[in-house]
Amino acid sequence: MRGKLCKKINRKYPNHQNRFQISLCNLMSIKSRRVLPGFGLALGYTLAYLSLLILLPLGGLILKASELGFGQILDIALGERSLAAFRVTFVASFLAAGVNALFGLIVAWMLVRYTFPGKRLVDALVDLPFALPTAVAGITLATLYAGNGWLGRYLEPLGFKVAYTPAGIVVALTFITLPFVVRTLQPVIEDIETEVEEAAASLGASRFQTFGRIIFPALLPALLTGFTLAFARALGEFGSVIFIAGNLPLVSEIVPLLIIAKLEQYDVLGATALAVVMLAISFGLLLTINLLQWWTANRHKNAGGGKP
Amino acid sequence: MKSTRATEEPAWVRRALLTAGLGFLFFFLVLPLAAVFTEALAQGWGLYAAALKEPETLSAIGLTVLIAVVALPFNIAFGVAAAWAVAKFDFKGKSLLLTLIDLPFAVSPVVAGLVFILLFGAQGAFGPWLSAHEIKIIFALPGMILATLFISFPFIARELIPLMQAQGKEEEEAAVSLGASGWQMFWRVTLPNIKWGLLYGVILANARAMGEFGAVSVVSGHIRGETNTLPLHVEILYNEYNAVGAFAAASVLALLALVTLAAKTIVEWRMKKETAMLAATLAPEKT
Repeated sequence: MRGKLCKKINRKYPNHQNRFQISLCNLMSIKSRRVLPGFGLALGYTLAYLSLLILLPLGGLILKASELGFGQILDIALGERSLAAFRVTFVASFLAAGVNALFGLIVAWMLVRYTFPGKRLVDALVDLPFALPTAVAGITLATLYAGNGWLGRYLEPLGFKVAYTPAGIVVALTFITLPFVVRTLQPVIEDIETEVEEAAASLGASRFQTFGRIIFPALLPALLTGFTLAFARALGEFGSVIFIAGNLPLVSEIVPLLIIAKLEQYDVLGATALAVVMLAISFGLLLTINLLQWWTANRHKNAGGGKP
Repeated sequence: MKSTRATEEPAWVRRALLTAGLGFLFFFLVLPLAAVFTEALAQGWGLYAAALKEPETLSAIGLTVLIAVVALPFNIAFGVAAAWAVAKFDFKGKSLLLTLIDLPFAVSPVVAGLVFILLFGAQGAFGPWLSAHEIKIIFALPGMILATLFISFPFIARELIPLMQAQGKEEEEAAVSLGASGWQMFWRVTLPNIKWGLLYGVILANARAMGEFGAVSVVSGHIRGETNTLPLHVEILYNEYNAVGAFAAASVLALLALVTLAAKTIVEWRMKKETAMLAATLAPEKT
C-alpha cells in the first residue's frame, strides 16, 4: 500500500526528489502502519522481555569478561586443558554433524520418496531427540554402550570401546542432533520437481548422474544448513554428553563441562572467559546459518517457481 | 532388466537406502527408547512403582511441573507479542530482533546458566544488594525459572512468526475498519487463526522447559528435595548407582517425550487439514 503510493508520487514527480516528497512518503507510511493496533504494546513488551532476559545477562557476561581483557581471555582459552577441551568439543561435534548429514540425507530421502509400512510413525519418531530430555538420553546411551550394555557387550570384544571415551561423545551428539538435517532437507526434497529428473533421464542420464548433477546440487544449501544447525547445537550440548564421556581432562572433557568445573572451583573469571569464547562462536554460527538459509531461499526461488 | 521408472532408483539401491536409514534410526532412536523402559522395569513393577513413590522423586516431579507452569504464560505472551510486531508491522532492526530471538537456540545451556550466576550470584553484579535484602535467586526457584525462560522462550515466537506472516494482515484490517476494538480483533480474528500454531509452540516450549538440564543444573545448587527438578534428580540417582530409580524417573520424562511427539503429530495433522480446507475454499476464485 505504502510502497505503491510512494512509487506513484515518484513517478509523477521524477525530478522532485526533494525533502517534501520524502517526508510525504514517510507520513503516509506511518499512517498506513497504524491501521492495526497494538504495535507499541507488542514491540514494547518484546523489547522489554528480550532486554531483561537476553541483553542484560549477556551484557553482564561481556562486562565481566572485560575485566580480563582480550589477551587474558585468549591465554585462558588457549591453556592446555581448555585447548584440549575445545579440540574434543569441535572434533566430536563435527563428526556427529557429519554422520547426521550422511544418514539424515538418506532418512529424509526415504521419508519423502519411498513408501514402507510404519512410515508415519518413523516420521514422528525422528523428532524424539528434541522431545527427550538430554539427561535421559545421556544415561540411556551410557547404559547401552557400557561393557555390559545391549550394544557395548558386542562392540567391546571387537575392540570398539564407546562408553567413557571420546567416541561416546560422538554417539551422544549424533543422537541429540539427529533431527536437524532430516527436518531441513524434507521440505526441500518435497519441492524438487520430478519433471527435471525425468528430463535428465530422457536425455540419457543414469540415475546416479541425475542425483549427482541435478538433485544433490539442489539439496546442498539445505544440507549445509542442517549440518551447521546440528554442529552449533552439538558444540553447546552438555546434559547427554557428561554421562557417556568419562570426562577425563585433556581426553574426553568438553568445554561446557570445563566451564562448570571452573565455576565449582570458584574460578568465575576463567569460566567467564570460556563462556565468552563459546558465545562468540555461537554468534558466528548463527550468522552462518542465516546466510545459508538466505542462500537456500534464493536458490529455491530461482530453481522452482512454477509450483501451484 | 526389471522395469524401473526414470525417476526411481534401481530396486537394489532403494533396498540398500531403506536398510541404512531404518537401521540408523533403529540403533539411534528405537533402541535407546526401549532401553529406558527396560532398565526402569529391570527389577519388576514393584520396585519401579516404589522408586516413583520416593518423596524426593515426587517433589522433583512437582518442581518440574511448577517451573513449566510458571514459565509458560510468559513464553506465550512473549511469543504472541513478538510475532504480532514482527509479522504485521515493518520497522528498523527487525532482522536484529529475529537474531536475538534465535540466540537461545545457539547458546550453550551451560553459558545460559552462567550468565545468571554472574548477575545474581554471591559475587555477581546484583549479588550484594540481593543478599542484603535476603532475596535468593541463584540456587533457588527464581534462578531456575529464569534459566528455563531463557532456554525455552523462542519456541512459540519461532512458530508464530512465519504463520502470521503467511496469513497477512487483511483479516485484522477488515475487523478494525469495521469498528472492532484491538482486543475484539485479537480474540475473534487473530487468536482463532493462530490457535494450532500457538498450541504447537506451547508443546515444544513445554517439552524443553520440563526437560532442560544444563542451564537449570548450573543455577540450581542441587539441593535435594528443594531445588531438584526431575532431570537433575535422574542425574543424582544415576551417580548413586541407583539404576532402577534413575531409569524410573527417566521413564516419566520419556513418557512425557512420547506424549509430546503424539500431540505434536496430531496438531501438525490438524494444521495441514485446515490449510487444505482453506486452499479448497479459495481455489475457485483464484484460478
